[in-house]
Amino acid sequence: MSAAEDTLERQDQLQGIGCSRKRKEDPRFIQGKGNYVDDVKLPGMLCGAIVRSPFAHAKIVSINKEKALALPGVHAVITADDLKPLGLHWMPTLAGDTQAVLADEKVAFQQQEVAMVVADDRYIAADGAELVEVEYEVLPALVDPHKAMDDDAPIIRDDLVGKDEAGQGKRTHNNHIFTWDVGDKDATDRAFDNAEVTVREEILNPRVHPSPLETCGCVASFDKINGALTVYITSQAPHIVRTVITLLSGIAESKVRVISPDIGGGFGNKVGVYPGYVVAIVSSIVLGRPVKWIESRIDNISTTAFARDYHGIGELAADKNGVIKALRFSALADHGAFNAHAQPTKWPAGLFSICTGSYDIPVAYARVDGVYTNKAPGGVAYRCSFRVTEAVYLIERMIDVLAQKLDIDKAEIRRRNFIKAEQFPYQSALGWEYDSGNYLPALEKVLEACDYEGLRKEQAEKRAKGELMGIGLCTFTEIVGAGPSKACDVLGVGMFDSCEIRVHPTGSAIARMGTITQGQGHQTTYAQIIASELGLSSDDIQIEEGDTDTAPYGLGTYGSRSTPVGGAATAMAARTIRAKAQKIAAHLLEVSPDDVEWDVDRFQVKGNPDAVKTMKEVAWAAYNNVPEGMEMGLETVNYYDPPNFTYPFGIYLCVVDIDRHTGETSIRRFYALDDCGNRINPMIIEGQIHGGLNEAFAVAMGQLISFDEDGNLQGNSLMDYFIPTFVETPHWETDYTVTPSPHHPLGAKGVAESPHVGGIPCFSNAVIDAFAHKGVTHVNMPHTAFNVWKTIHQLGLDN
Amino acid sequence: MAKTQLSFNLNGQDVDVLVEPRELLIHVLREQLMQTGAHIGCETSHCGACTVDINGQSVKSCTFLAVQAQGAEVMTVEGLASGGELHPLQAAFMEEHGLQCGFCTPGMLMRGYRFLQENPNPSEDDIRQGMAGNLCRCTGYQNIIKSIQKAAADINAADNA
Ligand code: FES
Ligand code: FES
Repeated sequence: MSAAEDTLERQDQLQGIGCSRKRKEDPRFIQGKGNYVDDVKLPGMLCGAIVRSPFAHAKIVSINKEKALALPGVHAVITADDLKPLGLHWMPTLAGDTQAVLADEKVAFQQQEVAMVVADDRYIAADGAELVEVEYEVLPALVDPHKAMDDDAPIIRDDLVGKDEAGQGKRTHNNHIFTWDVGDKDATDRAFDNAEVTVREEILNPRVHPSPLETCGCVASFDKINGALTVYITSQAPHIVRTVITLLSGIAESKVRVISPDIGGGFGNKVGVYPGYVVAIVSSIVLGRPVKWIESRIDNISTTAFARDYHGIGELAADKNGVIKALRFSALADHGAFNAHAQPTKWPAGLFSICTGSYDIPVAYARVDGVYTNKAPGGVAYRCSFRVTEAVYLIERMIDVLAQKLDIDKAEIRRRNFIKAEQFPYQSALGWEYDSGNYLPALEKVLEACDYEGLRKEQAEKRAKGELMGIGLCTFTEIVGAGPSKACDVLGVGMFDSCEIRVHPTGSAIARMGTITQGQGHQTTYAQIIASELGLSSDDIQIEEGDTDTAPYGLGTYGSRSTPVGGAATAMAARTIRAKAQKIAAHLLEVSPDDVEWDVDRFQVKGNPDAVKTMKEVAWAAYNNVPEGMEMGLETVNYYDPPNFTYPFGIYLCVVDIDRHTGETSIRRFYALDDCGNRINPMIIEGQIHGGLNEAFAVAMGQLISFDEDGNLQGNSLMDYFIPTFVETPHWETDYTVTPSPHHPLGAKGVAESPHVGGIPCFSNAVIDAFAHKGVTHVNMPHTAFNVWKTIHQLGLDN
Repeated sequence: MAKTQLSFNLNGQDVDVLVEPRELLIHVLREQLMQTGAHIGCETSHCGACTVDINGQSVKSCTFLAVQAQGAEVMTVEGLASGGELHPLQAAFMEEHGLQCGFCTPGMLMRGYRFLQENPNPSEDDIRQGMAGNLCRCTGYQNIIKSIQKAAADINAADNA
């Protein structure tokens, strides 16, 4: 075997970075041996069921618990009055606001939590909840966020009356939460005044819900003897939950153990701290028994963590050739009754300022106004970084609007505006430094793969026959991997992440992380990183996450931050270990550390391929024969504070055929090219892209949380709320380019959210493009058959 | 509430339990018999996470009274592997990356198990139609389809061997 072959073979055996290693979490899931929160059953465990408000806005006149308490098997009925003495009837939100744990004197959204019945089992708890009698005095409901700041608007938050601040800057109206803006307003206004052309469009990102297949829930277990609390919880951020529990309860953080077990999908739904968790914990403390609370699907869709509800206005100024000169975006953000959005604390509108997209735009200004309405609190980042979907949707729609106004091809207008490869690192007008990108070749690759010109010809022929066919493009840039602690924190804790690695004497290893997998395959991919860095087989590396008693503190998994931040921590920890190992190897080989070099899984004396020590041999020596003065052992922990975000990008193309009689859409082709920098496990990346595209399809084509004028939620079961099945879901084609991140130790960028963020505008652009020849520039999502038919009918295309 | 004696065969073993007439099979399986493979995603028959096999039919056990299983042959994901060997469907899901969070997987496998007996040589479209009662939020379905196709090929190859 040649030396090169030998190297390759040793590399293959490691199953490290770049290989499509099969997932290590699969054996338990395919045999029904996962351990999700509802699988947790503790001795003496009770069950909680929540009594919810039937009204969107009402005073609570009285609550009568007697009948419920009289039911055999009911142990407690907890209301705000019971939580008051503990100061737990309200809780802080991640956004600096407060939220009622159980309704305090009034309810402010339909299905709001009013009481919890704790009983022997879920049937008795549900019976008990039925027996709690609540008398309400109905108040007028505020549903339309555009009316929130009217003089005569009903006041949603009596607790805030007279306060000119709700955690995120000055308020000017009782229903106003914040106004946030960024950019050079005057220069932007001037550019608009002087522009050769301008376009403006009102664009809605409707209220939707992430709806992972597993709902939220917890099991709280308080040990009275030791004063210790254990909480099993479906949390994407267990360490932050532990900190919040300590802040709320006063129990020392060392006595609070939060365990995120297997999680059945998160997608942003499982970041926040919800009232059900708090009441279950209090119940367990009061009753001295474990208490389980699991949401029903209806609870889930109605209350925990909606996303979006951004009512945007997009404006672009350009020259006649379609070169963009300025951007002005604004949004009215409906946060519901409490500002419980899950963003880094200092960012009221998340990372909305990424809205200049992939384009070189000299000046820009963005502004977001947040308001309260009588709806469930939120909103979360549904499979995206904070408010990035909203931002990308606006720019990717607006560039199409501009193309149509100037009659420039939609691919060509992108070419004319792209940030060029040589401009990276690129400073955006709204303050970001894009780390790397190479957009144009990626666009050309997709156009060629899909025969874009051929598609446009076909479209022209179809149009001549009165048929409807749309071609959608989306050329987006994301911002993920929150984030540098100087910019990002959650409740004051910097958004670093962590990895602890211990190498055992026989050359296996265990690594514990501050992140938490919800299907992303961390057990598989983190081990690949360590395998490549340390030259140990990934099969000998165990990955553990989610138990705050054992894992180092980390901020968790959302905003595509696991690879950018947790993955970087893993590489850095492994490199620290390798540096120590190098010294031990040199000691064993009796040369200076500078005289040995790394070769896949071993150290070798430079120029002497026979003088080697494998990492396994070094691991053994680390526990019995280290250089003088060195500590024994081979372990470390790294807390990685990223110097910047990462900026993955993608080029997507969608072809849709529309039935002009029924409005039904059929996605003929969806081609997704993603650039997430260096790739750790291509199989898992592709799987993430398929899943993200499907969630984009769901949002663009059918998902909507809607209300009637009284604030009644119109459909909160899976009967009404759209989750695509096998039948509707399109076939996905994936592709990639690689533009490494220059500041990430592995050159990786994160991928799971790109397909959701980029997919949504791509579907919309395709549907709207089908009507472009009729002068249609925008139609709001979701593009259901009925909505599409309405457009067709208005245009008279159905006869 | 008065309890009823319920006897049925679960994954090849006879079981006896006392249940309330109103109790749903999914709760009896998960909470009394500790077979937590089948999951609850909706309790309204929409998601299929709770799918089990009863007397040769796919059943959403969240809307099936436990007492209806009296005397039945019930199979759950825990009974799919036999003699220490994974069922070809299980192996194929792992091979083709047919799962991510794994929450839908037991239901997918049990529906797939029955579906492949109904249609041993399915086209992609047959699979999309035949599996439509099971939702997945993570995979975008494509790799589940590949998994089922691979399992079909493997099962057919073994049958012809
Ligand atoms: S839980 Fe039975 S179908 Fe969803
Ligand atoms: S793998 Fe998560 S729902 Fe299917």
